[in-house]
Amino acid sequence: MCLGIPGELIAADDDNPDLAVVDVGGVRRRINVGLLVEEDLRAGDWVLVHVGFALSKISESEAQAVLDYLEGLGQAYDDELDALRQSDIT
Amino acid sequence: MRFVDEYRDGAKARVLAADIASRCEPGRRYTFMEVCGGHTHTIYKHGLEDLLPEDVVLVHGPGCPVCVIPMGRVDDAIHIASQPDVIMTSFGDMMRVPGGRGSFLDAKAAGADIRMVYSPLDALKIARSNPGRRVVFMAIGFETTAPSTAMTVLRAAAEGVENFSVFSNHVLVIPAIKAILDSPDQRLDGFIGPGHVSAVIGCRPYEFIARDYGRPLVVAGFEPLDVLQSIHMLLGQVAQGRAEVENQYARVVPWDGNRTALEAIGTVMRMRPHFEWRGLGFISHSALGLAEEYAAYDAERIFDLPGVRVADPKACQCGEVLKGVLKPWECKVFGTACTPETPIGTCMVSSEGACAAYYNFGRFSRERVREATRS
Ligand code: SF4
Repeated sequence: MCLGIPGELIAADDDNPDLAVVDVGGVRRRINVGLLVEEDLRAGDWVLVHVGFALSKISESEAQAVLDYLEGLGQAYDDELDALRQSDIT
Repeated sequence: MRFVDEYRDGAKARVLAADIASRCEPGRRYTFMEVCGGHTHTIYKHGLEDLLPEDVVLVHGPGCPVCVIPMGRVDDAIHIASQPDVIMTSFGDMMRVPGGRGSFLDAKAAGADIRMVYSPLDALKIARSNPGRRVVFMAIGFETTAPSTAMTVLRAAAEGVENFSVFSNHVLVIPAIKAILDSPDQRLDGFIGPGHVSAVIGCRPYEFIARDYGRPLVVAGFEPLDVLQSIHMLLGQVAQGRAEVENQYARVVPWDGNRTALEAIGTVMRMRPHFEWRGLGFISHSALGLAEEYAAYDAERIFDLPGVRVADPKACQCGEVLKGVLKPWECKVFGTACTPETPIGTCMVSSEGACAAYYNFGRFSRERVREATRS
Protein backbone atom coordinates (compact mmCIF):
# COMPACT_ATOMS: atom_id res chain seq x y z
CA MET A 1 0.00 0.00 0.00
CA CYS A 2 2.91 2.35 0.56
CA LEU A 3 4.38 1.49 -2.81
CA GLY A 4 4.33 4.19 -5.42
CA ILE A 5 3.97 2.69 -8.89
CA PRO A 6 5.04 4.59 -12.00
CA GLY A 7 2.35 4.97 -14.63
CA GLU A 8 2.45 6.53 -18.08
CA LEU A 9 -0.33 8.96 -18.85
CA ILE A 10 -2.35 7.76 -21.83
CA ALA A 11 -5.23 10.21 -21.99
CA ALA A 12 -7.26 12.62 -19.93
CA ASP A 13 -10.82 11.67 -19.06
CA ASP A 14 -13.19 13.90 -21.04
CA ASP A 15 -15.97 13.68 -18.47
CA ASN A 16 -13.90 14.46 -15.42
CA PRO A 17 -10.81 16.67 -15.53
CA ASP A 18 -9.53 15.11 -12.30
CA LEU A 19 -9.26 11.67 -13.88
CA ALA A 20 -6.87 10.23 -16.46
CA VAL A 21 -6.03 6.83 -17.86
CA VAL A 22 -2.55 5.54 -17.05
CA ASP A 23 -0.68 2.48 -18.16
CA VAL A 24 1.03 0.66 -15.30
CA GLY A 25 3.09 -2.29 -16.42
CA GLY A 26 0.55 -3.05 -19.20
CA VAL A 27 -2.46 -2.53 -16.94
CA ARG A 28 -4.61 0.43 -17.98
CA ARG A 29 -6.68 2.05 -15.28
CA ARG A 30 -8.26 5.38 -14.51
CA ILE A 31 -6.60 7.29 -11.69
CA ASN A 32 -7.07 10.69 -10.11
CA VAL A 33 -4.59 13.38 -11.14
CA GLY A 34 -6.14 16.17 -9.08
CA LEU A 35 -3.09 16.48 -6.82
CA LEU A 36 -0.92 17.49 -9.78
CA VAL A 37 -3.02 20.37 -11.12
CA GLU A 38 0.05 22.60 -11.06
CA GLU A 39 2.04 20.25 -13.29
CA ASP A 40 0.19 20.70 -16.59
CA LEU A 41 0.26 16.96 -17.33
CA ARG A 42 0.20 15.64 -20.90
CA ALA A 43 -0.05 12.23 -22.51
CA GLY A 44 3.34 10.54 -22.36
CA ASP A 45 4.23 12.03 -18.95
CA TRP A 46 5.10 9.67 -16.12
CA VAL A 47 3.63 9.89 -12.64
CA LEU A 48 4.08 8.01 -9.39
CA VAL A 49 0.70 6.44 -8.58
CA HIS A 50 -0.24 5.87 -4.99
CA VAL A 51 -3.60 4.32 -3.96
CA GLY A 52 -5.25 5.57 -7.14
CA PHE A 53 -3.81 9.09 -7.06
CA ALA A 54 -0.88 10.53 -8.99
CA LEU A 55 1.39 11.90 -6.26
CA SER A 56 4.38 13.22 -8.20
CA LYS A 57 5.43 13.75 -11.77
CA ILE A 58 8.65 11.89 -12.50
CA SER A 59 11.04 11.56 -15.42
CA GLU A 60 10.90 8.58 -17.75
CA SER A 61 14.30 7.33 -16.60
CA GLU A 62 13.20 7.51 -12.98
CA ALA A 63 10.02 5.63 -13.90
CA GLN A 64 12.06 2.86 -15.52
CA ALA A 65 14.35 2.65 -12.51
CA VAL A 66 11.41 2.41 -10.10
CA LEU A 67 9.71 -0.25 -12.26
CA ASP A 68 12.86 -2.29 -12.30
CA TYR A 69 13.16 -1.96 -8.54
CA LEU A 70 9.51 -2.92 -8.02
CA GLU A 71 9.80 -5.99 -10.23
CA GLY A 72 12.63 -7.12 -8.00
CA LEU A 73 10.35 -6.84 -4.97
CA GLY A 74 8.34 -9.90 -5.99
CA GLN A 75 5.24 -10.57 -3.91
CA ALA A 76 4.68 -7.05 -2.59
CA TYR A 77 4.60 -5.66 -6.14
CA ASP A 78 2.44 -8.48 -7.48
CA ASP A 79 -0.09 -7.83 -4.72
CA GLU A 80 -0.12 -4.13 -5.52
CA LEU A 81 -0.64 -4.80 -9.24
CA ASP A 82 -3.42 -7.30 -8.47
CA ALA A 83 -5.14 -4.68 -6.34
CA LEU A 84 -4.76 -2.13 -9.13
CA ARG A 85 -6.25 -4.57 -11.65
CA GLN A 86 -9.39 -4.80 -9.53
CA SER A 87 -9.63 -1.06 -9.26
CA ASP A 88 -12.34 0.73 -11.24
CA ILE A 89 -12.21 4.41 -10.43
CA THR A 90 -14.85 6.58 -12.04
CA MET B 1 17.57 2.58 -19.00
CA ARG B 2 20.72 4.46 -18.08
CA PHE B 3 19.37 5.08 -14.59
CA VAL B 4 18.75 1.43 -13.97
CA ASP B 5 22.33 0.56 -14.77
CA GLU B 6 23.49 3.29 -12.49
CA TYR B 7 21.30 2.15 -9.63
CA ARG B 8 21.60 -1.56 -10.04
CA ASP B 9 25.30 -1.43 -10.27
CA GLY B 10 26.95 -3.73 -7.76
CA ALA B 11 30.35 -2.14 -8.31
CA LYS B 12 28.93 1.24 -7.44
CA ALA B 13 27.42 -0.17 -4.26
CA ARG B 14 30.83 -1.51 -3.31
CA VAL B 15 32.54 1.81 -3.90
CA LEU B 16 29.89 3.58 -1.87
CA ALA B 17 30.19 1.03 0.94
CA ALA B 18 33.96 1.53 1.03
CA ASP B 19 33.46 5.28 1.08
CA ILE B 20 31.00 4.91 3.94
CA ALA B 21 33.58 2.88 5.86
CA SER B 22 36.22 5.55 5.30
CA ARG B 23 33.90 8.22 6.73
CA CYS B 24 33.59 6.34 10.03
CA GLU B 25 35.86 7.36 12.87
CA PRO B 26 37.47 4.25 14.37
CA GLY B 27 35.89 3.22 17.62
CA ARG B 28 32.83 5.38 17.09
CA ARG B 29 29.37 3.91 16.67
CA TYR B 30 26.78 5.54 14.39
CA THR B 31 23.11 4.80 14.87
CA PHE B 32 20.69 5.95 12.20
CA MET B 33 16.97 5.36 12.10
CA GLU B 34 15.11 4.73 8.86
CA VAL B 35 11.67 6.07 9.64
CA CYS B 36 9.84 4.54 6.70
CA GLY B 37 8.85 0.89 6.34
CA GLY B 38 9.68 1.03 2.63
CA HIS B 39 13.31 1.61 3.57
CA THR B 40 13.21 -1.26 6.08
CA HIS B 41 12.01 -3.47 3.25
CA THR B 42 14.88 -2.36 0.98
CA ILE B 43 17.47 -2.78 3.73
CA TYR B 44 16.54 -6.39 4.45
CA LYS B 45 15.73 -7.37 0.91
CA HIS B 46 19.14 -6.25 -0.30
CA GLY B 47 21.10 -7.13 2.78
CA LEU B 48 22.37 -3.58 3.16
CA GLU B 49 23.30 -4.13 6.79
CA ASP B 50 25.89 -6.65 5.65
CA LEU B 51 27.40 -4.09 3.28
CA LEU B 52 27.86 -1.54 6.04
CA PRO B 53 30.71 -1.38 8.53
CA GLU B 54 29.80 -2.91 11.89
CA ASP B 55 29.86 0.47 13.56
CA VAL B 56 27.02 1.78 11.41
CA VAL B 57 23.82 0.50 12.97
CA LEU B 58 20.41 0.95 11.34
CA VAL B 59 17.37 0.91 13.55
CA HIS B 60 13.89 0.63 12.17
CA GLY B 61 11.36 3.30 12.94
CA PRO B 62 7.60 3.48 13.24
CA GLY B 63 6.91 4.24 9.58
CA CYS B 64 4.76 1.28 8.70
CA PRO B 65 1.17 2.52 8.88
CA VAL B 66 -0.51 -0.77 9.70
CA CYS B 67 2.13 -1.54 12.34
CA VAL B 68 1.14 1.44 14.46
CA ILE B 69 -2.64 0.79 14.50
CA PRO B 70 -3.54 -0.13 18.08
CA MET B 71 -5.68 -3.19 18.76
CA GLY B 72 -8.60 -1.09 19.99
CA ARG B 73 -8.95 0.66 16.62
CA VAL B 74 -9.17 -2.69 14.82
CA ASP B 75 -11.90 -3.71 17.27
CA ASP B 76 -13.73 -0.43 16.60
CA ALA B 77 -13.55 -1.03 12.86
CA ILE B 78 -14.89 -4.57 13.26
CA HIS B 79 -17.66 -3.17 15.44
CA ILE B 80 -18.64 -0.81 12.57
CA ALA B 81 -18.39 -3.65 10.06
CA SER B 82 -20.81 -5.71 12.13
CA GLN B 83 -23.58 -3.09 12.06
CA PRO B 84 -26.58 -3.72 9.80
CA ASP B 85 -26.17 -2.74 6.13
CA VAL B 86 -22.50 -1.85 6.48
CA ILE B 87 -19.86 -2.61 3.87
CA MET B 88 -16.41 -2.05 5.39
CA THR B 89 -13.54 -1.37 3.00
CA SER B 90 -9.80 -0.96 3.44
CA PHE B 91 -6.44 -1.67 1.86
CA GLY B 92 -5.27 -5.28 1.61
CA ASP B 93 -2.57 -4.67 4.23
CA MET B 94 -5.26 -4.13 6.84
CA MET B 95 -6.91 -7.54 6.45
CA ARG B 96 -4.68 -9.56 8.77
CA VAL B 97 -3.93 -6.92 11.40
CA PRO B 98 -4.92 -8.48 14.71
CA GLY B 99 -7.29 -6.68 17.06
CA GLY B 100 -8.31 -7.78 20.54
CA ARG B 101 -10.91 -10.09 19.03
CA GLY B 102 -9.41 -11.14 15.75
CA SER B 103 -8.73 -9.45 12.42
CA PHE B 104 -10.82 -8.28 9.46
CA LEU B 105 -10.31 -11.71 7.92
CA ASP B 106 -11.79 -13.37 11.00
CA ALA B 107 -14.73 -10.95 11.03
CA LYS B 108 -15.29 -11.62 7.35
CA ALA B 109 -15.33 -15.36 7.95
CA ALA B 110 -17.92 -14.69 10.65
CA GLY B 111 -20.18 -12.98 8.11
CA ALA B 112 -19.21 -9.29 8.04
CA ASP B 113 -19.06 -7.67 4.59
CA ILE B 114 -15.46 -6.47 4.45
CA ARG B 115 -13.88 -5.70 1.10
CA MET B 116 -10.34 -4.99 0.03
CA VAL B 117 -9.91 -1.92 -2.17
CA TYR B 118 -6.97 -0.46 -4.04
CA SER B 119 -8.04 3.15 -3.59
CA PRO B 120 -10.48 5.12 -1.40
CA LEU B 121 -12.08 6.08 -4.73
CA ASP B 122 -12.95 2.41 -5.22
CA ALA B 123 -14.72 2.51 -1.85
CA LEU B 124 -16.64 5.57 -3.01
CA LYS B 125 -17.66 3.70 -6.13
CA ILE B 126 -18.96 0.80 -4.01
CA ALA B 127 -21.05 3.37 -2.11
CA ARG B 128 -22.48 4.77 -5.35
CA SER B 129 -23.49 1.36 -6.62
CA ASN B 130 -24.94 0.20 -3.27
CA PRO B 131 -27.27 3.06 -2.30
CA GLY B 132 -29.08 0.92 0.27
CA ARG B 133 -25.88 0.12 2.20
CA ARG B 134 -23.58 2.21 4.37
CA VAL B 135 -20.06 2.04 3.00
CA VAL B 136 -17.18 2.83 5.33
CA PHE B 137 -13.56 3.24 4.28
CA MET B 138 -11.05 2.47 7.02
CA ALA B 139 -8.34 4.98 6.16
CA ILE B 140 -4.81 4.21 7.27
CA GLY B 141 -1.45 5.68 6.42
CA PHE B 142 0.82 8.64 6.88
CA GLU B 143 0.79 11.89 4.92
CA THR B 144 1.29 9.90 1.72
CA THR B 145 -2.25 8.52 1.78
CA ALA B 146 -4.03 11.27 3.73
CA PRO B 147 -4.45 13.49 0.61
CA SER B 148 -6.16 10.59 -1.22
CA THR B 149 -8.64 10.19 1.61
CA ALA B 150 -9.22 13.95 1.74
CA MET B 151 -9.76 14.17 -2.03
CA THR B 152 -12.20 11.25 -1.88
CA VAL B 153 -14.25 12.94 0.85
CA LEU B 154 -14.31 16.14 -1.23
CA ARG B 155 -15.53 14.15 -4.19
CA ALA B 156 -18.22 12.39 -2.13
CA ALA B 157 -19.38 15.78 -0.85
CA ALA B 158 -19.42 17.30 -4.34
CA GLU B 159 -21.50 14.41 -5.65
CA GLY B 160 -23.69 14.23 -2.56
CA VAL B 161 -22.97 10.56 -1.89
CA GLU B 162 -24.62 10.20 1.49
CA ASN B 163 -23.91 6.56 2.30
CA PHE B 164 -20.13 6.93 2.32
CA SER B 165 -17.99 7.62 5.36
CA VAL B 166 -14.38 7.41 6.47
CA PHE B 167 -12.97 5.84 9.63
CA SER B 168 -9.80 7.87 9.79
CA ASN B 169 -6.64 6.41 11.26
CA HIS B 170 -4.26 8.76 9.50
CA VAL B 171 -1.11 9.39 11.48
CA LEU B 172 1.61 11.99 11.09
CA VAL B 173 5.29 11.30 10.78
CA ILE B 174 6.67 14.44 12.45
CA PRO B 175 5.13 13.86 15.92
CA ALA B 176 6.32 10.24 15.78
CA ILE B 177 9.89 11.34 15.10
CA LYS B 178 9.60 13.88 17.89
CA ALA B 179 8.35 11.22 20.32
CA ILE B 180 11.31 9.04 19.44
CA LEU B 181 13.75 11.94 19.86
CA ASP B 182 12.23 12.66 23.28
CA SER B 183 12.29 9.03 24.39
CA PRO B 184 15.08 8.39 26.87
CA ASP B 185 15.93 4.86 25.70
CA GLN B 186 17.08 5.85 22.22
CA ARG B 187 20.29 7.54 21.13
CA LEU B 188 20.27 8.34 17.45
CA ASP B 189 22.85 10.08 15.31
CA GLY B 190 20.49 10.89 12.47
CA PHE B 191 17.53 9.91 10.36
CA ILE B 192 16.89 8.50 6.92
CA GLY B 193 13.75 10.47 6.10
CA PRO B 194 10.71 8.96 4.39
CA GLY B 195 10.51 9.41 0.63
CA HIS B 196 6.86 9.47 -0.33
CA VAL B 197 5.62 11.20 2.82
CA SER B 198 8.04 13.97 1.93
CA ALA B 199 6.62 14.22 -1.60
CA VAL B 200 3.54 15.56 0.21
CA ILE B 201 4.94 17.51 3.18
CA GLY B 202 8.26 18.54 1.62
CA CYS B 203 11.51 18.89 3.56
CA ARG B 204 10.88 21.95 5.72
CA PRO B 205 8.85 20.21 8.48
CA TYR B 206 12.00 18.25 9.41
CA GLU B 207 14.06 21.35 10.06
CA PHE B 208 13.34 21.31 13.82
CA ILE B 209 15.20 17.99 14.05
CA ALA B 210 18.38 19.65 12.90
CA ARG B 211 17.76 22.96 14.66
CA ASP B 212 16.37 21.83 18.03
CA TYR B 213 17.87 18.37 18.38
CA GLY B 214 21.10 18.79 16.45
CA ARG B 215 20.52 15.66 14.35
CA PRO B 216 20.82 15.41 10.56
CA LEU B 217 18.07 13.98 8.37
CA VAL B 218 18.37 12.93 4.75
CA VAL B 219 15.20 12.33 2.74
CA ALA B 220 15.93 9.17 0.74
CA GLY B 221 14.64 7.17 -2.21
CA PHE B 222 13.87 3.46 -2.02
CA GLU B 223 16.53 1.83 -4.14
CA PRO B 224 19.40 0.17 -2.33
CA LEU B 225 21.83 2.74 -3.68
CA ASP B 226 19.55 5.57 -2.53
CA VAL B 227 19.68 4.24 0.99
CA LEU B 228 23.46 3.76 0.86
CA GLN B 229 23.88 7.26 -0.52
CA SER B 230 21.76 8.76 2.23
CA ILE B 231 23.86 6.98 4.88
CA HIS B 232 26.92 8.38 3.15
CA MET B 233 25.41 11.88 3.34
CA LEU B 234 24.49 11.44 7.02
CA LEU B 235 28.03 10.34 7.87
CA GLY B 236 29.38 13.32 5.96
CA GLN B 237 27.27 15.67 8.06
CA VAL B 238 28.31 13.98 11.31
CA ALA B 239 31.99 14.12 10.31
CA GLN B 240 31.75 17.84 9.58
CA GLY B 241 29.72 18.53 12.70
CA ARG B 242 26.73 19.65 10.64
CA ALA B 243 23.07 18.90 11.32
CA GLU B 244 20.90 19.74 8.34
CA VAL B 245 17.99 18.48 6.31
CA GLU B 246 19.21 17.20 2.96
CA ASN B 247 17.21 15.78 0.06
CA GLN B 248 18.72 12.73 -1.63
CA TYR B 249 15.42 12.04 -3.43
CA ALA B 250 14.98 15.39 -5.20
CA ARG B 251 13.98 13.55 -8.37
CA VAL B 252 10.63 12.83 -6.68
CA VAL B 253 10.48 15.07 -3.61
CA PRO B 254 10.10 18.86 -4.12
CA TRP B 255 11.57 20.84 -1.21
CA ASP B 256 8.18 22.43 -0.55
CA GLY B 257 6.08 19.31 -1.00
CA ASN B 258 2.73 19.22 -2.80
CA ARG B 259 0.63 22.29 -2.06
CA THR B 260 -2.60 20.88 -3.51
CA ALA B 261 -2.30 17.77 -1.35
CA LEU B 262 -1.64 19.81 1.80
CA GLU B 263 -4.63 22.06 1.03
CA ALA B 264 -6.91 19.04 0.61
CA ILE B 265 -5.79 17.67 3.98
CA GLY B 266 -6.22 21.11 5.55
CA THR B 267 -9.76 21.43 4.23
CA VAL B 268 -11.10 18.00 5.14
CA MET B 269 -9.10 17.00 8.21
CA ARG B 270 -8.28 18.30 11.66
CA MET B 271 -5.50 17.44 14.05
CA ARG B 272 -6.63 15.21 16.90
CA PRO B 273 -5.56 16.30 20.40
CA HIS B 274 -3.91 12.90 20.82
CA PHE B 275 -3.92 9.44 19.31
CA GLU B 276 -2.72 6.06 20.48
CA TRP B 277 0.07 4.43 18.48
CA ARG B 278 0.76 0.79 18.94
CA GLY B 279 3.89 0.42 21.01
CA LEU B 280 4.47 4.16 21.35
CA GLY B 281 1.37 4.96 23.42
CA PHE B 282 -0.54 8.23 23.21
CA ILE B 283 1.17 10.97 21.22
CA SER B 284 -0.20 14.53 21.21
CA HIS B 285 -1.24 16.08 17.90
CA SER B 286 -0.13 13.01 15.99
CA ALA B 287 -3.13 12.01 13.92
CA LEU B 288 -5.88 13.38 11.71
CA GLY B 289 -9.62 13.05 12.12
CA LEU B 290 -12.32 14.58 9.91
CA ALA B 291 -13.15 18.26 10.31
CA GLU B 292 -16.48 19.31 11.80
CA GLU B 293 -17.58 20.56 8.36
CA TYR B 294 -17.33 16.99 7.03
CA ALA B 295 -19.01 15.33 10.02
CA ALA B 296 -21.52 13.70 7.66
CA TYR B 297 -18.64 11.64 6.24
CA ASP B 298 -17.04 10.78 9.58
CA ALA B 299 -17.65 7.18 10.68
CA GLU B 300 -16.57 8.11 14.20
CA ARG B 301 -19.48 10.53 14.45
CA ILE B 302 -21.97 8.33 12.59
CA PHE B 303 -21.39 5.10 14.51
CA ASP B 304 -21.29 4.57 18.24
CA LEU B 305 -17.80 3.23 18.82
CA PRO B 306 -16.77 1.15 21.80
CA GLY B 307 -13.43 3.00 21.76
CA VAL B 308 -11.96 0.55 24.24
CA ARG B 309 -8.22 0.57 24.71
CA VAL B 310 -6.82 -2.94 24.37
CA ALA B 311 -3.39 -3.78 25.71
CA ASP B 312 -1.03 -5.58 23.33
CA PRO B 313 -0.56 -9.32 23.91
CA LYS B 314 2.04 -10.00 26.60
CA ALA B 315 4.33 -11.85 24.22
CA CYS B 316 4.34 -8.97 21.74
CA GLN B 317 7.34 -6.68 21.64
CA CYS B 318 6.28 -4.59 18.66
CA GLY B 319 6.61 -1.43 20.73
CA GLU B 320 10.31 -2.01 21.23
CA VAL B 321 10.73 -2.94 17.57
CA LEU B 322 8.86 0.19 16.43
CA LYS B 323 11.07 2.39 18.60
CA GLY B 324 14.14 0.65 17.27
CA VAL B 325 15.13 -0.60 20.73
CA LEU B 326 14.85 -4.28 19.76
CA LYS B 327 15.75 -5.98 16.50
CA PRO B 328 12.92 -8.19 15.17
CA TRP B 329 14.69 -11.46 15.87
CA GLU B 330 15.22 -10.46 19.48
CA CYS B 331 11.48 -10.76 20.15
CA LYS B 332 10.81 -14.07 21.90
CA VAL B 333 7.99 -15.16 19.61
CA PHE B 334 9.67 -14.09 16.34
CA GLY B 335 9.44 -16.81 13.71
CA THR B 336 7.93 -19.31 16.14
CA ALA B 337 4.51 -18.26 17.46
CA CYS B 338 4.60 -15.09 15.33
CA THR B 339 4.94 -15.47 11.54
CA PRO B 340 3.37 -13.62 8.58
CA GLU B 341 0.69 -16.33 8.39
CA THR B 342 -0.17 -16.13 12.09
CA PRO B 343 0.95 -12.68 13.22
CA ILE B 344 0.76 -11.88 16.92
CA GLY B 345 2.01 -8.35 16.44
CA THR B 346 1.47 -5.84 13.66
CA CYS B 347 5.12 -5.66 12.57
CA MET B 348 4.72 -9.14 11.13
CA VAL B 349 1.66 -8.26 9.01
CA SER B 350 2.71 -5.81 6.32
CA SER B 351 5.66 -6.44 4.06
CA GLU B 352 6.89 -3.07 5.29
CA GLY B 353 6.87 -4.15 8.91
CA ALA B 354 10.35 -4.79 10.29
CA CYS B 355 9.51 -8.30 11.52
CA ALA B 356 7.94 -9.43 8.23
CA ALA B 357 10.77 -7.89 6.22
CA TYR B 358 13.35 -9.67 8.31
CA TYR B 359 11.38 -12.92 8.34
CA ASN B 360 11.07 -12.89 4.53
CA PHE B 361 14.51 -11.68 3.56
CA GLY B 362 16.86 -11.61 6.53
CA ARG B 363 18.33 -15.01 6.08
CA PHE B 364 18.95 -14.47 2.37
CA SER B 365 20.66 -11.18 2.77
CA ARG B 366 24.23 -12.42 2.96
CA GLU B 367 23.93 -14.34 -0.28
CA ARG B 368 22.40 -11.35 -1.98
CA VAL B 369 25.24 -9.09 -1.00
CA ARG B 370 27.71 -11.57 -2.33
CA GLU B 371 25.75 -11.68 -5.57
CA ALA B 372 25.42 -7.92 -5.82
CA THR B 373 29.07 -7.18 -5.26
CA ARG B 374 30.52 -9.95 -7.37
CA SER B 375 32.61 -8.14 -9.96
S1 SF4 C 1 7.85 -11.02 16.26
FE1 SF4 C 1 5.67 -10.60 16.24
S2 SF4 C 1 5.14 -10.04 18.34
FE2 SF4 C 1 7.38 -9.96 18.17
S3 SF4 C 1 7.77 -7.79 17.72
FE3 SF4 C 1 7.62 -8.87 15.75
S4 SF4 C 1 5.47 -8.68 15.15
FE4 SF4 C 1 5.60 -8.11 17.33
